[in-house]
Amino acid sequence: MESLLNRYRNITVLLLVIAAQLILLAVQVKNNRDIPFVRAWTVTAVTPIASVVEWFRGGSSGFLHNYVFLRDADAENRRLREEVGRLKMDNIFLRNELSQADRARALQVFQSTTQSKTLAARTIGAGSGSGSKTIYVDRGSVEGVQRGMAVVTPDGIVGKVIASYPTASEVLLVSDPDFAAGVVSQKNQARGTLKGQGNGPCKVDYVPIEEKVEVGEWFYTSGDDRIFPRGFPVGVVTAVHEGQPFKEIQVEPSGLQHGVEDMLIILSGVHQEIPDTPPGNQPVYIAPAPPDATRTTGAADAGGAPAAASGATAPATEADRLRAHYKALGDAQNHVFGENLPGQKPPNFNLALPAGGVQAPVKQNAGQPPVKQNGAPPPTLPDGAATPPKPAASPAKPAGTPAKSPALPPGGGGR
Amino acid sequence: MDYSDSRILLSSQREGNESRFRTWVSMVVPLAAILFQFFLPRFFDFLRFVEMPFLVVVYFALVRRSQINGLLVGALVGLAQDSLSKHPLGMFGIVKTLVGYFAASVGLRIDVDHAMVRLVLTFFFYIFHQVLYWVMVRALLSQPMDLEPQRTALLALLNAVIGVALFHFLDKLRERA
Repeated sequence: MESLLNRYRNITVLLLVIAAQLILLAVQVKNNRDIPFVRAWTVTAVTPIASVVEWFRGGSSGFLHNYVFLRDADAENRRLREEVGRLKMDNIFLRNELSQADRARALQVFQSTTQSKTLAARTIGAGSGSGSKTIYVDRGSVEGVQRGMAVVTPDGIVGKVIASYPTASEVLLVSDPDFAAGVVSQKNQARGTLKGQGNGPCKVDYVPIEEKVEVGEWFYTSGDDRIFPRGFPVGVVTAVHEGQPFKEIQVEPSGLQHGVEDMLIILSGVHQEIPDTPPGNQPVYIAPAPPDATRTTGAADAGGAPAAASGATAPATEADRLRAHYKALGDAQNHVFGENLPGQKPPNFNLALPAGGVQAPVKQNAGQPPVKQNGAPPPTLPDGAATPPKPAASPAKPAGTPAKSPALPPGGGGR
Repeated sequence: MDYSDSRILLSSQREGNESRFRTWVSMVVPLAAILFQFFLPRFFDFLRFVEMPFLVVVYFALVRRSQINGLLVGALVGLAQDSLSKHPLGMFGIVKTLVGYFAASVGLRIDVDHAMVRLVLTFFFYIFHQVLYWVMVRALLSQPMDLEPQRTALLALLNAVIGVALFHFLDKLRERA
């Protein structure tokens, strides 16, 4: 008997191990339930190591980066300081733009402006398995993350939490074939179900063929799935084909376009209205001209210039002022820009103009409506600019186009 | 009977040297493989095709020449991989258990120190691993999953090449019995 056991020991152990795992598998599949403690052990064991590795990676790469770039930073700083001083004024606008583009800041702004209660999270690892589109984030049940919560960025939805562990959570990305979410098109309110396809664009299923969906149209979350609150951008339609009995719609998910580094987990979702315009085309609030420009306008008006009467306003930007200045210089020397042959003498750009000689050439369209704000308050400027003063020369307010933004001055504010 | 140095088939089980590893190597290497799978695709998505846990299971099974050892390493690594995936526990576990068992069985009969032998075996076992996983996903979970033969063969070749290099490195960590 003993020799028999020894002889078949290997195959016996193999069968036992396989049988144990088959039973484990059967229990999960039959009850449609997970074995949470086994996963929790592994994830709790792995994620702290991953966090430490991530910390070392970030620290060491930062150290190397700083070391390499700081070796001759002192000399370079001196050289650049003068240049920076000269370019500082011009750079203000660009720096504002860049800071706006900063994703972390965008995330923060989005987090502070959205009505839903959110929790910022960061990716710390990728899910295992070939073709798997899951990631692990550094927020877990300790911070209140639960299975089924939605994960978004300002660009769009990212996925949903499919498992929450004490120190980390697993997020199923929208591109995973198992992902599904209720969506609605922006223009025609066509409802469907967003599904991942593993790679590339997602598809929207169950849109009847009689519904109208156009390429370039945006899809938003409908809120029907009870996971994603209504009104979060999903993606833009890249292709529409007629199928039976439903349309075949391809959607490029907007939430994954810039990678999934930082994101927000929606702890408590609040449904919101679907915007009238796509996210990329929503009007941008532009503040009125600064006080200096207002004084210039006042001086021009006092000098008898017919600017206000003819509907012209003060140049509002630096480019407008430069254009007006050069045009005045050209007019003073009978020079028409763009109509002189090569080799001809250019106008004297250092010519001193009489006071009040620069007038606004920019003609304001009397019927131009103010910038629409979709009912939302105007975003705060990155530098925390104060509420702009009311411009002195307000264009006539067009009938039937009331300004929606409470921050806009009555009848003005738009350019 | 004249045996040359480049002989591949072993005439008896005793002829093959069973390799031993220090305890920390047996624990750290599989853990590092799991971490590799968990961590690296985040920065280098193109490395997602590298099945590091599979390669580690094959290596330990081949060089230890113990079927029980091979299947246990396969089961543990597979279950750990399952825990980090969205699939039920046991899918990778069963597949890697069988891979570990059969790899150890082959290691008992073939001299697995040859680089070419390792390449061929890793190639073969990768395809076995993928096909078995595909069968299990479809049969046990009733879920759709595509198996592209050409892609699988290409990935098997790439994993085999990486496996040979990895095995060469891991050889430095073993001590002959």
